[in-house]
Amino acid sequence: MSEKGFTLAGVTRRQTLRAGAGVLAAGALGAPMVHAQGTGGTLRFAFWDHWVPGSNDALKELCAKWGEQNRVNVQLDFINTTGNQLQLTAAAQAQSRNGHDGISLTPWDVGAYADQLEPVDDVIQRLVAKYGPINPIAEFLGKHGGKWRGVPATSGTQTKPACVRFDLMEQHAGIDVRAMWPAANQAGPGADTWTWDTFLTAAEKCNAAGVPFGLPMGQFTDAVDWVGALFLSYGAAITDASGKPTVRGNAKLKTAIEYAVRLSKVLPNDVWAWDDASNNRALISGRSALVFNPPSAWAVAKRDAPQVAEKCWTIPMPAGPEGRFLAYLPYTTGIWAFGRNKTAAKELLEFIGQRDSSEAITNKSGGYDIPPFDSMADFKVWEREGPPVGSIFNYPLKPHHKAKYSIAFSPAPAELASQMYIQALNTKVIARVAQGGETVDQAMGWLEREINNMRRG
Amino acid sequence: MPSDASAALAPGRAPASAARSSSLRRFARRRSTVAFLMTLPLIAVIGGLVAWPASYAIYLATLNRRMTAFIGLENFDILLENETFRGVIWQSCFFAITAVLLKALIGFWLAHMLHHIPSKGQRKWRGMLLVPWVIPPALSTLGWWWMFEPSYSSINWLLNAFGGPSIPWLGEPWWARISVIIVNVWYGAPFFMIMYLAALKSVPDQLYEAAAIDGATGWQGLVHVTLPMMRNIISITVLFSLIVTFANYDIVRVLTNGGPRDLTHVFASYAFQVGVLSGNIPRGAAVSLFMFPLLAVVAFFVLRGVNRRQKEMA
Repeated sequence: MSEKGFTLAGVTRRQTLRAGAGVLAAGALGAPMVHAQGTGGTLRFAFWDHWVPGSNDALKELCAKWGEQNRVNVQLDFINTTGNQLQLTAAAQAQSRNGHDGISLTPWDVGAYADQLEPVDDVIQRLVAKYGPINPIAEFLGKHGGKWRGVPATSGTQTKPACVRFDLMEQHAGIDVRAMWPAANQAGPGADTWTWDTFLTAAEKCNAAGVPFGLPMGQFTDAVDWVGALFLSYGAAITDASGKPTVRGNAKLKTAIEYAVRLSKVLPNDVWAWDDASNNRALISGRSALVFNPPSAWAVAKRDAPQVAEKCWTIPMPAGPEGRFLAYLPYTTGIWAFGRNKTAAKELLEFIGQRDSSEAITNKSGGYDIPPFDSMADFKVWEREGPPVGSIFNYPLKPHHKAKYSIAFSPAPAELASQMYIQALNTKVIARVAQGGETVDQAMGWLEREINNMRRG
Repeated sequence: MPSDASAALAPGRAPASAARSSSLRRFARRRSTVAFLMTLPLIAVIGGLVAWPASYAIYLATLNRRMTAFIGLENFDILLENETFRGVIWQSCFFAITAVLLKALIGFWLAHMLHHIPSKGQRKWRGMLLVPWVIPPALSTLGWWWMFEPSYSSINWLLNAFGGPSIPWLGEPWWARISVIIVNVWYGAPFFMIMYLAALKSVPDQLYEAAAIDGATGWQGLVHVTLPMMRNIISITVLFSLIVTFANYDIVRVLTNGGPRDLTHVFASYAFQVGVLSGNIPRGAAVSLFMFPLLAVVAFFVLRGVNRRQKEMA
């Protein structure tokens, strides 16, 4: 070929296209070649951006370590849930079938995107073989159509037990919560009396003393979660597992609503507008004797109001006629079916799911993060964190609590439960009675109509 | 031989190509063609950013929740049967109409006051009054949220300081509705003010002089001179603001998140909750499309009135 053949003028449009296609093909064929030289390519993960400062570092360090060991370039994005950024990212990636290899998913998003998530049963099987069963709520949220669609995560997963001002509780309600629930693997005297009835009496007394319980009743997750646990402890499921409403003539539901209405009368009058930060503020400001929250409120109090933090003690939620339930809000890490490096993504998630990795994550978060395996409820961080030391010993669910993890609206199928959860049907049904002046039967009628409407289409 | 053949073909080809080029030239010279070519970028932008998303939203609204089957208008039927959504329609209309009326009245009053300030001092007042409009609403609404905040409201602190009771700004349905309207009016009134100020400045002084000679009072001058001269600008600004206010999202989202009991939701915030957060994108699309016929009817009547008046004036 003459030199002239390479000049721009001598190249036709068709030749240019052909050459371009060749370059693209060479690039595509070149990728496995790089792979063969000893690198496992690139993995891109989007993880939830942790509230607790420095907590993302645990995942960064773990991913860097795994990446070095496996010669994979791991790129991480931390996306927060403020303004629903993370949920929007997942929705956009599911729609466009493009984006990260794996992503942190909020509880109901696993079900919403189940068809587009890679099954990870092999990873789960190996982890379960090592660490025992995963808690049933994480399984309920992560397993769809008989297949695990994500690996339950430690980072970001929280429970919402009662964070109590033990001094105020003892002074105004006569309950010594530290004796009842000591920092030991056994319940103290009177733990069996820690029921919703005892709770109501204590709430009335604390309200009368000017330090009402700070329980949100609006449409944010803190409100929906604690009310969900309350309902379950009264056996008040509003649908069955198929999504069919079980509202009509449901005496247990009626009892739970009536109880919640009575309780709402002794809460601050603006709880209907509280968001997920309002209860934290109520505790930290010293205006409230009890909130249902992970230890983040206490951790902020340690920094901003140490005199409050040193008088906080975390205890399980009260029990109802059907048992004791603990509000649980897990994250699940899913791998997109359209991801480019699914095998490596699975290996990374298996590595992060190991006990050592989970403990490193929980340690960095100061005990905030809860691993999905019951066998991991004995991390030392919950024993040593303070002041007061032992304050969050009872934050994860432990056998002596005789409790179960719960998520509001279970056992409804994910696509219905996610709508009921986001639209906070459980707090709204209470608000319609307590604030809107409806009778319990009217409110339950509304609830049934809402559920039926959501099931359509 | 090849040269002969080409020579033989050349005479036949030349008239054909000449005819083609002249017809192309004629085509290019036609004014409608030039106009079309020049507007092509705009058409492409409108097609890509307006027509396609709108068509896609309509398409989405006809799918089932899993987006796997066509269900026609069932999403609209489901929504109309839903009590919460009927409340959203009512609240959206109440919010938009009340807020636009208040913005128009306050904007007109401010414009009138500014118009009568000597031009030397007018500029700084105009600048200050425009501040709410130039601050990004998500930010300014956050400021308002701090003032209304359920437990530590600074407005309540002031009320208490003067012996007044605390008001549950965001916790009680009617107060929450009033709160979102207050913030929307605070944000939007400067737009009306600046538009009305421009309109006021274009009213010829001779008309007022003639009215004064005829013995008209200030009120009569306002009703019989100012308002008729501003009718078109009032109609257009009201229409424009109605569209924007109906589609408002950030104020409700930041201030109340639709609560309490969904009583402050407007179309956009409810569409986001149903569509994106609850994972029911087709129904969320259907919610957002409900605005379209409502606004189309309003736009039709307002624009028809504007056209008529323009023809009368011409």
